Amino acid sequence: MELKVENVSFSYNKKRQILKDVSLSVSSNSVVGLIGDSGSGKSTLCKIIAGYISNYKGSVTIDGEKIPDKDYYPVQLIFQHPEKTMNPKWKMKKVLNESWTPSQELKDTFGLKENWLNRWPSELSGGELQRFSIIRALNPKTKFIIADEISTMLDAVTQVQIWQSLINHCKANNIGILAVSHDIDLLNIICDDILYFKDINNL
Amino acid sequence: MEKLLEVKNLSISFTQYVQGLNRHDLRVISDLTIDVNSSEIVAVLGSSGSGKSLLAHSILGILPYNAHVTGEIKYNGKTLNQELKEELRGKEICLIPQSVNFLDPLMKVSEQAIGECKDDDEHKEKKIRQREIFDKYGLDESVDDMYPFELSGGMARKVLLSTALVGNPNLLIADEPTPGLDAKSVEETIQDIINLKKEGKGVLLITHEINVALKTADKIAIFYSGYVIEINKAENFNSADTVLHPYTKALINALPVNGFKFTDGVQPLEETLGCPYWENCPDRFDKCENHKPDLVNHDGIMIRCFKYEEADNGA
Amino acid sequence: MSELPWYNKGLFSSLNLRQKTLLTIGLTGLVLLIIFICGWMTNANLPTDFSIKMQAPSFQHPFGTDWMGRDMFARTLKGLSLSIMIGLAASILSSIIATLLAFLASINRACDEFVSWLIDLFASIPHILLIMMISIGLGKGAFGVTMAVAFSHWVNLTRVLRAEVLQINTSEYVLLSRKFGKSKLWIAKEHILPLVLSQIFVGTLLVFPHAIMHESSVTFLGFGLSPHEPAIGIILSESMSYLAMGAWWLAFFPGIALLIVVLLFDIIGDNLKRLIDPSEANK
Repeated sequence: MELKVENVSFSYNKKRQILKDVSLSVSSNSVVGLIGDSGSGKSTLCKIIAGYISNYKGSVTIDGEKIPDKDYYPVQLIFQHPEKTMNPKWKMKKVLNESWTPSQELKDTFGLKENWLNRWPSELSGGELQRFSIIRALNPKTKFIIADEISTMLDAVTQVQIWQSLINHCKANNIGILAVSHDIDLLNIICDDILYFKDINNL
Repeated sequence: MEKLLEVKNLSISFTQYVQGLNRHDLRVISDLTIDVNSSEIVAVLGSSGSGKSLLAHSILGILPYNAHVTGEIKYNGKTLNQELKEELRGKEICLIPQSVNFLDPLMKVSEQAIGECKDDDEHKEKKIRQREIFDKYGLDESVDDMYPFELSGGMARKVLLSTALVGNPNLLIADEPTPGLDAKSVEETIQDIINLKKEGKGVLLITHEINVALKTADKIAIFYSGYVIEINKAENFNSADTVLHPYTKALINALPVNGFKFTDGVQPLEETLGCPYWENCPDRFDKCENHKPDLVNHDGIMIRCFKYEEADNGA
Repeated sequence: MSELPWYNKGLFSSLNLRQKTLLTIGLTGLVLLIIFICGWMTNANLPTDFSIKMQAPSFQHPFGTDWMGRDMFARTLKGLSLSIMIGLAASILSSIIATLLAFLASINRACDEFVSWLIDLFASIPHILLIMMISIGLGKGAFGVTMAVAFSHWVNLTRVLRAEVLQINTSEYVLLSRKFGKSKLWIAKEHILPLVLSQIFVGTLLVFPHAIMHESSVTFLGFGLSPHEPAIGIILSESMSYLAMGAWWLAFFPGIALLIVVLLFDIIGDNLKRLIDPSEANK
């Protein structure tokens, strides 16, 4: 399968355009890196691809077809700050199972501890929460993962753990990844192909 | 080189309510010991949300009321109590905050830099000083009358730094100065921090980005699960062989440039009886499970690990 | 750091603030419950005994007696319990209205504008006037007053809840939930309701004293409960004719009692707010 972004343009207001004719494509079982400075509009592009923003020009398609917005969205965005993506009044068990019920094996792969499930989000660290938000996004209906600076706030040891588990799972299940980061060293290691944001954004 | 700041056995805990009426103490920083000299940059490196910012808050005396602090902080040999902290902050000790969100959005930046003044004379004096500093960082007079929202990213960073410097402090505390900056601004920030050191100031850099710490700091303290487990010279962090603690080794090896090596294990959620790294440690002894190692000096490197303590005792 | 904060000094120093707050709420609630139950148990048709009419307060009749020789203490209790009942019904009803409107506002822009317009409309009419109009329109009596108070007191809570729901609706966890394919109804129930529940609860309690005050006011003015019901408003308006004759106790005690009940509810509301407000939560 192929996720295709074609000629996407977007501006929050008339004065400042953020994206102009951006095109890229990600195929299943590949990891594509996207590098660019913060504040350059990478996150906006991520939100457009994952269906969070709809009033853009251009098209985002999977195998040439528009992505239906009614049901589970097959392109899932993982955010930089996992604590903001969790309802503070929910225990982690409910947070994890909101999207689907992951297998014990998958939980083990990501090093999820059983006693974390009875905690509130505020009681866990960013690294622990990010593991939850990744597993949540790995619903079998997910075809593509957009990872927007998912390890920027984490320490190097956790960064390796998270990326290895994520990439292994995605390769085995034919899920494509768009990895967005400002860290070229990281992308060099994890990606099959790297795009430079300033090259694809025709501003 | 003189000792500017000495932090000894500092522990910070918070009182929290858990499940109904029971209060519970949450330890965030345990037994932290660290020194900062003049003309020296010391980085405290830990994952974000690990509570290392509280060290800065504690030095400045701006911890929330439900925090409980033990241990000692000395500045220029004098013990810092709340009164002294309030007197020194903004003058001798200054904070470089993370972002413009720390500025008052309804106040001109020059007035914020000048701060509170007793009378007009003091204001005039400080105004001159503020102009000098702003000039030094390439902020012309038009910036004086701007409000925080009018500043561009790069300007905002310079304003924050100049604001911290108006009081001519000896000790600067930079709390996560780099996240969210583009590569060029990070380079500039690093250069600015190094320049402060050249002027003879002491800098305590609190960050989770190891690259920034490596490029600026003389000493790096590694923060793990609330404990400082190793304080080593920055150049030793270029290779896993020259750092001592098993976690530090894992951390260095996990960097993308050093091979992105996988190490299993997560930081413990609750206070452990023994060494916080015991569960994941490849070199653990039986002793580590139930006894906590102290931060000891091993050949000039501060280390919290029985492996080195044993070696020293044996010798 | 060694100095004890104010709430740890003196009596109950062994309790933490949260325990103390709960104790306050518990005690206050108990007092109100006793008043309510006593009033409920008291026989509404008090015997008239003209031999003891217009007696000043004494040990036998602590609040005195009225012009028909009825014990004012019993009448006041009965009146208070009636007021509490009406207040309870009215504030619960007004909170339900507020919650429904707040969620209605979150559906889309048009709904939001409609709710905002409704809020502005009701906020622009003086309370008392509105209550009188609705009460008369619904045929006065307990039903009319309850409805009137309920329909005039939802405005503030709706305003707060609308803003809250709006904010939660733009949070990343709600946006993400949509991408997991969850319906708006499911999100409202699972994500938003638990987060605003405490606000609704506190809002209900804070409306309570207002509801009681306004019920008494309109009744006093003659647009509320019918004269044969022993409401505080009725007692007060009746006492007007006897005040000139020096029967001060007829207005004084029921008035003070009403004030105390209102204050007690206010204390509960404030303490509960403190318990739930995160900035105060960890003392």
